[in-house]
Amino acid sequence: MSTLNRRGFIKAGGALVGALLAAGLITTNAFAADFPTAKVMTTGLAVTDTTVKVGILHSATGTMAISETGSIQAEKLAIEQINASGGILGRKIEVIQEDGASDWPTFAEKAKKLLENDKVAAVMGCWTSASRKAALPVFEKDNGLLFYPTFYEGLEQSKNVFYTGQEATQQILAGLDWIAKEKKAKTFYLIGSDYIWPRTSMKIARKHIEQHLHGSVVGEEYIALGDTQFGSVINKIKLKKPDVIYAAVVGGSNVAWFKQLNAAGLNSTKQTMLTISVTEDEVLGIGGENLTGFYSAMKYFQSIDTPINKKFVAEFKKKWGDKSVIGDVTQAAYLGPWLYKAAVERAGSFDVDKVQAALPGYVLKDAPEGPVTVEKNHHLTTKLRIGQWQKDGQAKIVYTSAYIKPDPFPKGYQ
Amino acid sequence: MNAISNKLLGGKQGAIGLALLAVLVFVVLPIGVDIFRLNLVGKYLTYAFVAVSLVLLWGNGGILSLGQGIFFGLGGYGMAMFLKLEASDPISTKIQTTPGIPDFMDWNQITSLPWFWEPFKSLPLTIIAILVIPALFAYIIGFAMFKRRVGGVYFAIITQAIALILSILIVGQQGYTGGVNGITDLRTMLGWDIRTDSAKYILYYVNGGLLFACILLSRYILSSKLGMLLLAMRDKEERVRFSGYDVSNFKIFIFCVSAMISAIGGAMFILQVGFMSPSLVGIVPSIEMVIFAAVGGRMSLIGAVYGTLLVNYGKTVFSETYPELWLFLMGGLFIAVVMFFPNGLAGVYEKYAKKFKFLRKFSEVTPSKATEIAKKNDATPANDIKEIGAKA
Repeated sequence: MSTLNRRGFIKAGGALVGALLAAGLITTNAFAADFPTAKVMTTGLAVTDTTVKVGILHSATGTMAISETGSIQAEKLAIEQINASGGILGRKIEVIQEDGASDWPTFAEKAKKLLENDKVAAVMGCWTSASRKAALPVFEKDNGLLFYPTFYEGLEQSKNVFYTGQEATQQILAGLDWIAKEKKAKTFYLIGSDYIWPRTSMKIARKHIEQHLHGSVVGEEYIALGDTQFGSVINKIKLKKPDVIYAAVVGGSNVAWFKQLNAAGLNSTKQTMLTISVTEDEVLGIGGENLTGFYSAMKYFQSIDTPINKKFVAEFKKKWGDKSVIGDVTQAAYLGPWLYKAAVERAGSFDVDKVQAALPGYVLKDAPEGPVTVEKNHHLTTKLRIGQWQKDGQAKIVYTSAYIKPDPFPKGYQ
Repeated sequence: MNAISNKLLGGKQGAIGLALLAVLVFVVLPIGVDIFRLNLVGKYLTYAFVAVSLVLLWGNGGILSLGQGIFFGLGGYGMAMFLKLEASDPISTKIQTTPGIPDFMDWNQITSLPWFWEPFKSLPLTIIAILVIPALFAYIIGFAMFKRRVGGVYFAIITQAIALILSILIVGQQGYTGGVNGITDLRTMLGWDIRTDSAKYILYYVNGGLLFACILLSRYILSSKLGMLLLAMRDKEERVRFSGYDVSNFKIFIFCVSAMISAIGGAMFILQVGFMSPSLVGIVPSIEMVIFAAVGGRMSLIGAVYGTLLVNYGKTVFSETYPELWLFLMGGLFIAVVMFFPNGLAGVYEKYAKKFKFLRKFSEVTPSKATEIAKKNDATPANDIKEIGAKA
């Protein structure tokens, strides 16, 4: 009805500005009208003629808030941009944000709330593996759709999840190959926080070092989450003198780890280190001066020198402040809403089963990290980059790999 | 009214309070809210088991345990282990290196089921373990402490330390316990899918029934001679000891009972929520449970249930409305309760609701001895709660 009225208004010959404005409204409405709600949504999701509800489920409070805030910001930015460019099938995204509060049972509760109560069409969320593992059964039971941004240990593949970060082999193998070649490294010391991601990652790293690089692992240590005492580990490292420290220390422990290393005289001029757990976000807390010269293996660094990335960084800073930094996971979180939009439009439907089927094979051309392909196993084919940390907290990219296919259940590495 | 039912229901006033709560839990909530919210209420009610156990232990026994999460967690892990083993049959775990063991064990290169998981293949043994292990653990802690006359703040600190130790142990031994991820993806109990809506309704009612059974049991204990002794011990422990009673035995007994009640709550939590995590064992949940009891009124079994429901309702509403600010609102709520209503909801009821004539008519028929004594002691609990509030 309102469309007709507006058409009448234009015919009557309104002011030029008014006509343009109305024309804009008509085109979006007409676009949505091409896809009547009854046709594009048959499973009771919160989709109307003009809106679609999407959930954001991260920790805005608690110990993980410092890491997850970047993901929330990236997702909100992407959604704002999608809405500004006409939404999904002519429907604006309405965000329902819930707080996982760094507490895994809360993630499950809130996931249930978003899916069963709010009937959201998709959820951008979870960060730690523990929160994903807690929420996953809910997504599988209610047939929801989750876009998960963090690099993680693999060993999982759910039809209800799209993993926009890297699984373990994508992040580990090429990085180890590079450092073995570049630094002629033969001996490795593995150190990580004590939970599933570092343990699985180190298992893969050890197999790769021993079987493919013909090197040796001279030590393997796990530190309790949040622990800040690295004295004994550092002494062992000094004793073994490994060519490379391969580290997956997470969260607050990182600050102590790097400061104590420096205090013990193990800076980058004396010791090579490759970490898989430090992004720009962590560097902000650790301080660039404590990290200078060490390497990180990530698929994305803020310093990637492409016009698309520069535009993304500028827009991110414009919305969230000049001081904000963009780490690997933040960029991966930014992909979630865009992949969802693409999937719905390819499927011509919001129904979860159709969306799931439509996304594999899709190439997201203008991702800040460069083009990525969604594979059948719901992970992305991406490149790996090695960045060397500078004093200012940014990474100088010293190596970019070829495209690496995701392999969440790697044979020979289990 | 015969003596036993009088004891169980706590006189006419107690009976009315129970009946009102029963109407709320069994009729109003299931009709008034959808299944998703009802499932949440069910989850809150599992915390109420712990709050009830704290009324018994802390409000009446004067023993403040800041480690009730230990027992909630032991009960929860017991049930979770049973459900996980059922979910890990060789067919659904065939992609693992070792099929037939829980997935997290496989990730940690464990190739056979550890011996202490074996009993949890059987439901009867699991139920026994859920009740006996927490009680046994409480007995050991209680025996070690109370026989040496460790009490008060020291007991609170030690229970808190044990809660921390247990959660660190669980996180550290991830191959055997699931670590920080917890035990997830629980689906069926003896082939019965616990995730369906009908199962949720059934579990909700079972949970409510068990909660009322625990409240009645606690009432029975409190209205018996033992209950009077507990109150006496709380207020003048030395005098009871000089009268010839072995105080420590009573304390150990009530600690074990409270542990068992908490463990039942933990097991019901797993059935309704579908997974277990070490974050339900540690210090934060243990203190939260004390807050539930304090908000409800630590002397009142029924008040504890209302307190739990209110605090969790607040948590859910605040966090859904203000996802970035809600913790401050909760903090404000706790400060307000401690400052203005030191005896919790039950205290507010005592103070204001009774001014209405028709209510007074009910309440003054048979005032139970416990509430009489509680009134006389109004001043002391208030101070205690303030201390706790400061710590929490």
